[in-house]
Amino acid sequence: MRRLINLSPNRAGALTLSVLPFVLVVAAYLFYSSARNAANPGDKLLPLPATIAATIHQYAFEEDERSGEVLLWKDTASSLERLLAALAVSAVVGLSLGLAIGVLPYLRATLAPFVAALSLIPPLAILPILFIVVGLGEAAKVTLIIIGVTPVIVRDLAFRTAELPGEQLIKAQTLGASSWQLILRVVLPQLWPRLIDAMRMSLGSAWLFLIAAEAIASTEGLGYRIFLVRRYLAMDVILPYVAWITLLAFTMDWLLRLLRAKAFGWAGPGA
Amino acid sequence: MTQVTVKRMWKNFGSQVVLENVNLHIGDHEFVTIVGASGCGKTTFLKILLGIETPSKGEFLIDGDPLAGEPGPDRGIVFQRYSLFPHLTVMQNLLLGLEFQGSPLLGRLFGARRRRALERARDLLEAIGLQDAAGKYPAQLSGGMQQRLSIAQSVICEPKILLLDEPFGALDPGITADMHALILKLWNMNKMTIFMVTHDLQESFELGTRVLVFDKVRIDPQAPEAFGATVTYNIPLKGHRSAVGE
Repeated sequence: MRRLINLSPNRAGALTLSVLPFVLVVAAYLFYSSARNAANPGDKLLPLPATIAATIHQYAFEEDERSGEVLLWKDTASSLERLLAALAVSAVVGLSLGLAIGVLPYLRATLAPFVAALSLIPPLAILPILFIVVGLGEAAKVTLIIIGVTPVIVRDLAFRTAELPGEQLIKAQTLGASSWQLILRVVLPQLWPRLIDAMRMSLGSAWLFLIAAEAIASTEGLGYRIFLVRRYLAMDVILPYVAWITLLAFTMDWLLRLLRAKAFGWAGPGA
Repeated sequence: MTQVTVKRMWKNFGSQVVLENVNLHIGDHEFVTIVGASGCGKTTFLKILLGIETPSKGEFLIDGDPLAGEPGPDRGIVFQRYSLFPHLTVMQNLLLGLEFQGSPLLGRLFGARRRRALERARDLLEAIGLQDAAGKYPAQLSGGMQQRLSIAQSVICEPKILLLDEPFGALDPGITADMHALILKLWNMNKMTIFMVTHDLQESFELGTRVLVFDKVRIDPQAPEAFGATVTYNIPLKGHRSAVGE
């Protein structure tokens, strides 16, 4: 018998195995949901697939009676708008600050400990401050995500910059590079793929902060909807919404990975 | 004309003396090879010349001027590894020095100036035998090809002095002969002074017009850090240059 660490599935086997946990979860859900519905047709906890399908149809393809809007798309649009705006700001700030801290010793001495301290503040703990200072509008929600995500990206990129072999920076100087040229032609191009990695890592927490902010103060959005219908135990809404959020997050992650592979082939495959 | 003069130079890190009382005069267009046991300050000497370390005492002059405290385009360097830019192709790596020096703001050349730079780079690429790999990334090259490119990358900037830190140390012994021929060719083409650290004695005598041996002359067994190394042998090799010219 060969060692377990040396046994690996072939392609078809790997594909089957990767699908297996999903199938098991769906099967378990179907089993328990039909069992509960057989015992109590009014069960709200594990709605039948037919109920869920009807709800999805209602939320995704029919106009809401009160607002006249299709709720799922409206929620998706406003949530994505907040998320993407915040991520764009975080990427720009994270890249420029991380690069500068990584490359310039004076800035590193000044800012690195400060950013490290900032990144340890639990963002949700300062959410009340944001509501007080910038009000309950869009700005507070976007700011929460920015505050939650940016320090982590800054630190990550500063570390990645410092990781570049010292030989490279010395070589560039012997080729006549000024600090600016060195940043522009040597450091920045090598940080792009690392920025994408950092963004992929922060997607999870960005969604977390988005939903938290929407749950507390919002009138639309995916997180708002989930917390709204919770009052009615509307699992037939919550479950598809959660699946939809997961799909959106997965797609964003996949797109970023694709971008990295296409645009930065020299950097090798990412994680 | 490049003259390198070292007068009574010491280098210590805290209480540890690495180099003591180094005195040297190196004339123009010499090929200086530096040998010595590990930990004898060869690399420290090279780092001082490069500008990333400073002498603790004494003088280190190039053409009568003290060394700049940081690396500059008058002194090229080839390290054993990591001196190529992984995000640039072979051609882009080669062009980089010309682009730095020709375009302060963008670090890129355009139009006619770019064409001229490309022409120069192409000639050099041919001289190092990498013309077919112009579009490849460094990671796709063998170790020997990477080192040839790294040398050419420095040479294209026409430095007065080229520093080589065990450039062939990590290479397959079978290709070092080619590398030796290449470095001698570039050295003759560009009339620069070369300082090369190596651990290979045979290589040092084959290539050099002058061999410097770094060693400790005094050793205190109770305090091994108390005394540093110095140049114990400074051996000019005659007739070498004419042999290369053939």
